[in-house]
Amino acid sequence: MNVFGAIVARDTRLALRQGGGSYWTLLFFVLTVTMFPLGVGPDLALLSRIGAGVLWVTALLAAMLSLDRMFQADFEDGSLELLSLAPLPLELTVLAKAAAHWLTTGLPVTVLAPLLALMLAVDPAAFPVLMLAMLIGTPILSLIGSIGAALTVGIRRGGVLLSLLVMPLYVPALIFGVLAVQAALDGLTPRPHLLLLGADFLVALAITPWLAAAALRLNLE
Amino acid sequence: MTAATFAATFEARGLTCIRGERVVFENLAFSVAPGGALLLRGANGTGKSSLLRICAGFLQPAGGELRWNAAPVAGDLDAHRARLAYVGHLDAVKPAFTVAENVAFWLKLSGAGTRAETALSALGLGHLASLPAAYLSAGQRRRLNLARLAGSAAPLWLLDEPTSSLDDASSHALLTLIEAHRAGGGMAVIATHQDLALTKAETLRIGAQ
Repeated sequence: MNVFGAIVARDTRLALRQGGGSYWTLLFFVLTVTMFPLGVGPDLALLSRIGAGVLWVTALLAAMLSLDRMFQADFEDGSLELLSLAPLPLELTVLAKAAAHWLTTGLPVTVLAPLLALMLAVDPAAFPVLMLAMLIGTPILSLIGSIGAALTVGIRRGGVLLSLLVMPLYVPALIFGVLAVQAALDGLTPRPHLLLLGADFLVALAITPWLAAAALRLNLE
Repeated sequence: MTAATFAATFEARGLTCIRGERVVFENLAFSVAPGGALLLRGANGTGKSSLLRICAGFLQPAGGELRWNAAPVAGDLDAHRARLAYVGHLDAVKPAFTVAENVAFWLKLSGAGTRAETALSALGLGHLASLPAAYLSAGQRRRLNLARLAGSAAPLWLLDEPTSSLDDASSHALLTLIEAHRAGGGMAVIATHQDLALTKAETLRIGAQ
């Protein structure tokens, strides 16, 4: 557990350091969401209807854009080889890296979401559900993303390929995340959608570390 | 570290390595006793690095097997990884971290209780501890990577051209480190193009047969 914590702490610090890219990802999230009121126009009814969807799709893109830093830099400078020799199963190393990715993208995106939702004229009554859904849903993005990041680690400029691999797998999280907020806006219970989102999280947690670790082992050969 | 804790032999039998449908080497055998050092010599592309990567478990041999104390290494790769320290071509240095932060992380992972300062001073990097690693020269990065060894309790060191881009003083510091490791019963397998002044080191020529 000590080693697990050390990897989480290291990756988090690297992401927050100069050139780490965490701030750029958050800035991308904020700027992209800001584009929608500008592009759609000052139609508050329309904005509030698409608000949840805009936030989720943008969160998805922000997570995807930052996935390449999960393994790429460590692969290129030889750190990944050493990490694979560490006294920790590679599956847990993957989990630690996904956790660090979430701490530096998913978590801040979740915190920022209500602020941006205000700009999109989403009813503040739905904010708790929005944040809860993002809290459950954004770790899925990091977990599933780890598979794509591990598969494309040996490919230079594999960013687009990574997106193509990962995007279809993000669909359930997107659907249930948006539906939960929509239900709250319509005065219905968001519970079933949140539960399904939770199930998606548990499945991702159970499966992705094995798949990503297997992909990494192949790439380390 | 006493000889007793490391009383084991590391041997290879009939190792064959195939990369991209090309046989790199065939039927290779060696044995390293506690306190022993094996120098891998051979022209470029003869498979020195591949052999080290097989020894480290990154690569599966196409034939043959590695043994630790007569037990096949492939049977328990996790235990094998725990007993080796590997230094490859790449230096695993994070430019955004300071020199001390870089080495401290790897020392923490290896579970050795060595302090970063101690490890750094073994390779003459003590005065650079708080410098961001982005400002290091190639040789200094190499030394930073090698500093991990100073705190390593692993009995088996696998070093891939460790003296490349090192100056004479640093090479000497590295050799001192290796000799201290061997005096404690540790083993080292070293791929090199230079004549390393190690006492009673055996040499394995790859690609010569």
